[in-house]
Amino acid sequence: MSDIAKRGYVNPNVLVDTDWVAQHLDDPTVRIIESNEDPLLYSSGHIPGAVEVDWTRDLNDPVRRDYLERPGFEALMRRIGVAQNTMVVFYGDKNNWWATYAFWIFQLFEHSKAKVMDGGRLKWEQEDRPMTTDVPSHPATKYQAPERDDTRIRAFREEVLAHIQANGQLVDVRSPEEYSGERLHMPAYPNEGALRGGHIPGAANVPWARAVNTDDGTFKAADQLRAIYQREVGLDQQDEVIAYCRIGERSSHTWFVLTHLLGFPNVRNYDGSWTEWGNLVNVPIER
Amino acid sequence: MTEHPERLTKFLRLIGRTQDRQERIQLLIDIARRFQPVAPAIASPPYASQFKVPACESQAYVFPEPHDNGTLTFHFAVENPQGISAMAMAVILGDALSGAPLDQVAAVSTDVVYEIFGRELSMGKSMGLTGMVNLVTSFARSRLEGRM
Repeated sequence: MSDIAKRGYVNPNVLVDTDWVAQHLDDPTVRIIESNEDPLLYSSGHIPGAVEVDWTRDLNDPVRRDYLERPGFEALMRRIGVAQNTMVVFYGDKNNWWATYAFWIFQLFEHSKAKVMDGGRLKWEQEDRPMTTDVPSHPATKYQAPERDDTRIRAFREEVLAHIQANGQLVDVRSPEEYSGERLHMPAYPNEGALRGGHIPGAANVPWARAVNTDDGTFKAADQLRAIYQREVGLDQQDEVIAYCRIGERSSHTWFVLTHLLGFPNVRNYDGSWTEWGNLVNVPIER
Repeated sequence: MTEHPERLTKFLRLIGRTQDRQERIQLLIDIARRFQPVAPAIASPPYASQFKVPACESQAYVFPEPHDNGTLTFHFAVENPQGISAMAMAVILGDALSGAPLDQVAAVSTDVVYEIFGRELSMGKSMGLTGMVNLVTSFARSRLEGRM
């Protein structure tokens, strides 16, 4: 039994360990995808055969604040050599923060054959596994995607307003300083892209990185995660949860943990997050 | 309008000559490899919070070293070993602004981040890198105003 299987996750198959990835480097049914916060990292070295999916250039609409639409997603998948039956395995820097963001966006297009490499880039490097600067070229595919479905795992501001009016559960995964709206220590320092500080009323604060082991970037075991999300802040698994942060990137990590590792059936990511809420006129804010 | 410090102008000219995104990235990776963390004689961990760059996910720190001639040398720490953009920025700011006239350092705009890295930066990465510039310039202003 692998270490991941022993951790008690509801869906352990959503994770693979570094050994599994090392054994599938040449598997044509698997596409390894690196997605980072740092734009220089992939070019500095990556897992052999891995392609890069850059959040800014590849996953966003170039004009509107929104994600790419079906044609753009199809073009991306065809370019990186992913077919409908290809298993995509995400990994990246910062405890897989951006890897889970890319994973979440792929789920908007229902590419369910998707996994995350536990520990991400940090663990792969710690284990001195091979890295290369060679950029692979995979045969293009004829990938066909459904229209993007924003109804299942994505929340918009009007839905968040209705959710708080119904006393729904929210989790703010930013730092305690961001959550409290505390003034940053430098006078006149820009306030993180929002005119107001604080949090959405009723939101619990669980910084996203509490879900990982800091020494190797792996996810904490299910009982440790339940201790945080259920016993400490009292999230009820049976009720809907909306997660948010600053632009929806860190909260996609928490969405992943709640949905796939703990089995919460109804979690949505509010990607408008604080850069939208903290700039909206006449919405409630708590400090 | 205050001019950029001379070495910063030269560097911006150099990076402006890169032909494409990949060449720019490779230049920045090469620069990041020159990063040397702050010497223990200047600062050692755990670093004090007033030197921490706000909103920088790479946990970067800036340490100003004052000199009798009124200038500052800037030293950096980057605690995230994968924070290579922050390391590149630290090398660029340290090389280009240390010892430069403080009025010029204080006037450096955060626009240099986009001149160096391009516009295709995530919001978080933009905030971290512009935060490094803001902290350096705020130290320069403090020194000019006699608060350091």
